[in-house]
Amino acid sequence: MGMIKISNLKKFFGTKRVLDGVDLEIDKGKITVIIGRSGEGKSVLIKHIIGLLRPDDGQIFLEGQEISSMSERDWGEVRKRFGMLFQGAALFDSMTVGENVGFPLKEHTDLADEDIMKIVGDKLRRVGLVGVEHMMPAELSGGMKKRVGLARAIVMDPEIVLFDEPTTGLDPIMSDSIADLVLDTQRSLQTTYILITHDIPFTYKIADKIAMLHEGRIIEQGTVEEMKNNPNPVVKQFLEGRAEGPIKVY
Amino acid sequence: MIRAYLEKLGRMAEKFVDTAGLMSIMLFQAAVHAFTPPIKFRNIFKQMEFVGVQSLFVVILTGSFTGMVLALQSFNALKRFGAESLVGPTVALSMARELGPVLTGLMVTGRAGSAMATELGTMRVTEQIDALVTMAVNPVKYLVVPRVIAGVLMFPLLAIITDFVGVLGGYFVGVKLLGINPGVYIGRTIDFVQVSDIFAGLYKSIVFGLITTLVASYNGFYAYGGAEGVGRAATNSVVTASVMILVSDYLMSSFMV
Ligand SMILES: Nc1ncnc2c1ncn2[C@@H]1O[C@H](COP(=O)(O)OP(=O)(O)OP(=O)(O)O)[C@@H](O)[C@H]1O
Ligand SMILES: [Mg+2]
Repeated sequence: MGMIKISNLKKFFGTKRVLDGVDLEIDKGKITVIIGRSGEGKSVLIKHIIGLLRPDDGQIFLEGQEISSMSERDWGEVRKRFGMLFQGAALFDSMTVGENVGFPLKEHTDLADEDIMKIVGDKLRRVGLVGVEHMMPAELSGGMKKRVGLARAIVMDPEIVLFDEPTTGLDPIMSDSIADLVLDTQRSLQTTYILITHDIPFTYKIADKIAMLHEGRIIEQGTVEEMKNNPNPVVKQFLEGRAEGPIKVY
Repeated sequence: MIRAYLEKLGRMAEKFVDTAGLMSIMLFQAAVHAFTPPIKFRNIFKQMEFVGVQSLFVVILTGSFTGMVLALQSFNALKRFGAESLVGPTVALSMARELGPVLTGLMVTGRAGSAMATELGTMRVTEQIDALVTMAVNPVKYLVVPRVIAGVLMFPLLAIITDFVGVLGGYFVGVKLLGINPGVYIGRTIDFVQVSDIFAGLYKSIVFGLITTLVASYNGFYAYGGAEGVGRAATNSVVTASVMILVSDYLMSSFMV
């Protein structure tokens, strides 16, 4: 069942066409992975899903309600159902790690500070971080920042989670444990995931659906098996990671 | 040639209207959010400390030296009319009505306004403001409102302190260095300076506090283009706010007389 439906989404920056009619359905409680070359507009696409960017044309529906044309005020409530990890983590650099992860709880719940810290500690442990609550983001490595961002994105146990490259900068063991975290929350909380990644083993492990964004559109989509056997040379080249093929590296 | 010039002028006018429009919207939103609970006292206090307490040193320094040089200059001028006894009120009136608020405004814009624009600009280009939005937190309420409130409350306080140290500096130069009779100096000052003079300056300070924080917030909020964009936001906010302070000072002075 399509929880989120994206229909003919178009986005221009100046005269540059980034999204050129994206059609995609995101199924409830499933893990959808968006793949595509660097600079194709994957980050731009998920920013539309959470209302950070407005489409120039086309619509996005959440459970049948058009969210792409909603007022900023109405978005406030809708966004509480989402959690998002930015590609650059986007941690608040004036706050400690603990304050960062606990921020949504502090803003939207009446929980006492000790309870917040307990949840924060728990979420941090799930991304493999222990005893970092009092560190500042500037003191963290790139991969640690990413994991703090992951913890912050899921701290409210949101229904829909958007992860922009969750495993970039992580070692393979850590990547695998993030995959387990995703699968685990999907099973226990029926979380709907929309992920962007270039990490093919990670994708194969978790994806219910893979969608490939190419030249502004979703050119192919399907399950892991379907995509592995997809005859489209562009998909083949991408998934096999070859420099030769229909996609040219200039 | 002329056409190109006119086009450039047109673009500048357009940009000015855009900026004025967006800034008005931000002011309006900030005003609405300032009075809708929950009110973020912790953020407000943090900004008050930043704008106020941390500006004390620079404000005391500027205030005292300005008072001192005012005493020196007005002594030289007034001596020609044999009116040295008026050095005290000259210093006090200039400080209270003009220099206290204006100098505080300019100094704090340079110090806190640029830092605010830099901080918010960095938050913008590193997507921290977007992150706030995705967490269903209104960035104007969370970031702009506490800064504007802090500016509106702290600028008048700082101006009073500037006034005060300026008068002290004037007294020091006038009485201790130039030998004006202390009783005359103080007596004349009290005779001539009225509470309304001090208030005239404080009203201005409130406006300057609003200008500085709003302009800084605006520039930070709409920063783009990495580190260079953040630097541009800081520079623009200092230049724009300083000019706006001087222009609005003239306008307010001409209304208040
Ligand atoms: N705010 C913006 N202003 C102008 N152009 C933009 C903006 N954001 C993105 N773009 C452009 O849109 C295109 C897509 O960017 P996007 O960040 O979505 O790529 P991506 O697919 O996420 O790439 P990567 O895998 O490298 O993260 C790029 O060409 C970029 O230059
Ligand atoms: Mg991206």
